[in-house]
Amino acid sequence: MSEKTGDKKKSRTPMPEQPPAVRAGNFDEVALGYSKEDAIAEASRCLNCKDPNCVEGCPVNVDIPGFIKLICEEDFEGAIEKIKATNALPAICGRVCPQESQCEALCVLGKKGEPVAIGRLERFCADSEREKGVSAPDPDIPEPTGRKVAVVGSGPAGLTAAADLAKLGHKVTIFESLHKTGGVLSYGIPEFRLPKEIVKQEVEYIKQLGVEIKPNYIIGRIKTLDELCEEFDAVFLGTGAGLPRFMGIEGENLNGVYSANEFLTRVNLMKAYDPNYDTVVRYGKHVVVVGGGNVAMDSARSALRLGAEEVSVVYRRGEEEMPARREEIEHAKEEGVILRLLANPTRILGDDKFNVTGIECIKMELGEPDATGRRSPVPVEGSEFIIDAEAVIIAIGTSPNPIIFKGSEGLDQSRRGTVVAEEETGTTSKCGVYAGGDVVTGAATVISAMGAGKKAAKAIDEYLKEK
Amino acid sequence: MAYRILEKEEIAPSVHRMVIDAPDVAKAAKAGQFIILRIDERGERVPLTIADFEKETGTVTVIFQEMGKTTKQLAKLSAGDALEDFVGPLGTPADVRKLGTVILVGGGVGVAPVYPQAKAYKEAGNKVLTIIGSRNKDLLILEDEMRKASSELYIATDDGSKGHHGFVTDIMKQILDSDEKVARVVIIGPPIMMKVGAGVASPYDVEILVSLNSIMVDGTGMCGGCRVTVDGKTKFTCVDGPEFDARQVNFVELMNRLAMYRGEEAKAVEKYEEECRCGLN
Ligand SMILES: Cc1cc2nc3c(=O)[nH]c(=O)nc-3n(C[C@H](O)[C@H](O)[C@H](O)COP(=O)(O)OP(=O)(O)OC[C@H]3O[C@@H](n4cnc5c(N)ncnc54)[C@H](O)[C@@H]3O)c2cc1C
Ligand SMILES: Cc1cc2nc3c(=O)[nH]c(=O)nc-3n(C[C@H](O)[C@H](O)[C@H](O)COP(=O)(O)OP(=O)(O)OC[C@H]3O[C@@H](n4cnc5c(N)ncnc54)[C@H](O)[C@@H]3O)c2cc1C
Ligand code: SF4
Ligand code: SF4
Ligand code: FES
Repeated sequence: MSEKTGDKKKSRTPMPEQPPAVRAGNFDEVALGYSKEDAIAEASRCLNCKDPNCVEGCPVNVDIPGFIKLICEEDFEGAIEKIKATNALPAICGRVCPQESQCEALCVLGKKGEPVAIGRLERFCADSEREKGVSAPDPDIPEPTGRKVAVVGSGPAGLTAAADLAKLGHKVTIFESLHKTGGVLSYGIPEFRLPKEIVKQEVEYIKQLGVEIKPNYIIGRIKTLDELCEEFDAVFLGTGAGLPRFMGIEGENLNGVYSANEFLTRVNLMKAYDPNYDTVVRYGKHVVVVGGGNVAMDSARSALRLGAEEVSVVYRRGEEEMPARREEIEHAKEEGVILRLLANPTRILGDDKFNVTGIECIKMELGEPDATGRRSPVPVEGSEFIIDAEAVIIAIGTSPNPIIFKGSEGLDQSRRGTVVAEEETGTTSKCGVYAGGDVVTGAATVISAMGAGKKAAKAIDEYLKEK
Repeated sequence: MAYRILEKEEIAPSVHRMVIDAPDVAKAAKAGQFIILRIDERGERVPLTIADFEKETGTVTVIFQEMGKTTKQLAKLSAGDALEDFVGPLGTPADVRKLGTVILVGGGVGVAPVYPQAKAYKEAGNKVLTIIGSRNKDLLILEDEMRKASSELYIATDDGSKGHHGFVTDIMKQILDSDEKVARVVIIGPPIMMKVGAGVASPYDVEILVSLNSIMVDGTGMCGGCRVTVDGKTKFTCVDGPEFDARQVNFVELMNRLAMYRGEEAKAVEKYEEECRCGLN
């Protein structure tokens, strides 16, 4: 995407960033955020459409023209209030939403030039509020309804459901198995894309609404879902898709082979990059990451920042097919991550001490289009080659963690291991139990998880009124 | 939230017993399960077996050996201090049923996890033959408690300073060779002891279980760091275990994986001891 400053209406205001050579050596945020002038310049590009397409592209229907207009009027407090009316986590969404395939994909300006940088503006509003240190006026919390709702998991789905339910006057308790709240926002997405301070503040906001958070509390171990159902009037499951998949190839259990979850948890949640923390993580000189999504990009860029000399990403299709956000792929390449496309791992090699020394891959070529129209990769016989590696990170996907099903009579599970729930309401097969986010859809996005949390909160409120 | 330490005692050189106020964990705990604790914000998440629990008072007991930085730091805490995090019960509970006669074998600090199992097997109506051992008599832990919890107690020390002069597995073999009809053997201790024990018991017509101690992070199936190969398949110790059929476990892989961070661990201890000397801690 070209970001010329020339034609004001056609191209968007560029985002100030740390230069690649500098940022590849630190964990500070890559994108520095718009200045006030940048924001007003970008906001003035918006046509303030009567029937705005962009809003339809947003899973939580942020009033986009509304908040952008307030930026033009320099009413930043009003702008953030408007966003927060439907989106409890704007500082996060402004940073990690795949805007290019959501709100911005439908912006009319995108037809002739570049769409309005909606995400960057959203981030600007949230950041300027935070920098000022004044939080938006507390929403009027209605009279307590006397109803108690349990929310399992503190990722974006759970946090959103909790916030909405609390605003409706219900007493909400969040149960989280890790020692920190935020789900993938805390343990997965790295500091340089989403500073943890921001997650912490968003969680604070939710606590201000009166939500109680219990960390170190695993449902399925300390209490079962059935027990929660007895104690609470309704339950929302937002337990995510945290179970890592492995490839099942030779050498996968060698020392130095990580799931992306483990690698990123050690780096992000447990701060392995900070010498003041006790966490260890192995990376060595050469790191190979397997996969082509955001998780693979985050792992590769984290390894680079820890000090690995050469980091490559092995992906079995071409660059066009990589599911990661365009921006993340570009950032990774600028920083020096090598993409080894059309290649698939066949085995991982190790020495007599059980340490990884390399990974053998086979070249792939794109075959005939399959039923879905996608050309699927097929191996080129005899084309195996070896990449040196002291660490291999596997980022080929995750599925829901089954612990939640322990002691949950009547909760239907799909063959893929997800909880079966109605899309519009999150209603599951178990009475009073609702679910949303990655645990229902499989690994997806922050904003879709939030959207699901919102819908479920509404449905839970209706259920409680009728009950 | 913090978890208060109620009691702390050195029960053998470098082996400590700690009682922690953790009512939610205590209420749900079963024999064979473990917890993960973190001392402070900068600490590692360290797994320890639940050595005992009291549902009424809401307390959980752990017994640990000073190994590296975290356990050494833990050993310095005393009653009244608090831990930042204490999560559990984790792992699948031991499959305790009425089977007849059961042999429980514990080595070193591995005696601690055997204790709740002895109580549970006894309560389920089994004849419980417990064999505990250590390098010498000073390192032997929980002798009195074990005697109470078991139908019969046998002791072995490597140097012969108490009980049988030799390994716990020698006594196990004697019982398996006797007329006693044994349904199950449970072996818990250092991986090499479990491997050897599994080898000794394998030829007999008896079920053999071991409780594995792989390196862990979350303990909930989220990281895969605890993976072990059992019957040729990859399993996650923290959710599929920690108990597995000993005949199927790839112990060599387990031991190799446990050595993964040996270099870093040695450095961490060095740094920690240096800091302690300078009075930084
Ligand atoms: C590395 C990485 C990068 C990503 N990048 C992006 C991005 O740029 N943009 C984007 O939109 N999306 C991104 N995603 C995807 C996005 O983060 C997820 O889709 C989203 O977080 C799902 O939210 P959730 O609330 O459903 O679940 P999660 O965020 O997974 O949260 C679930 C929470 O539930 C807890 N839990 C699980 N089981 C239990 C239990 N039994 N009891 C108690 N608590 C439990 C977990 O510990 C966790 O905290 C990324 C994901 C990863 C891993
Ligand atoms: C399910 C389970 C139950 C356990 N129960 C007990 C117990 O009841 N009493 C006891 O003394 N010990 C127990 N252990 C072992 C204990 O967790 C380790 O001794 C401890 O983590 C060492 O930490 P450290 O920092 O002091 O030492 P380090 O110097 O970090 O490590 C010393 C050795 O401990 C192992 N280890 C290191 N980090 C971990 C980790 N995160 N998870 C698991 N092992 C690790 C490694 O083999 C390492 O070589 C158990 C382990 C598991 C997995
Ligand atoms: S929440 Fe996401 S999709 Fe919606 S407007 Fe903001 S950036 Fe766009
Ligand atoms: S579609 Fe584009 S121009 Fe129209 S209101 Fe939305 S952001 Fe503004
Ligand atoms: S400790 Fe992370 S999956 Fe077992």
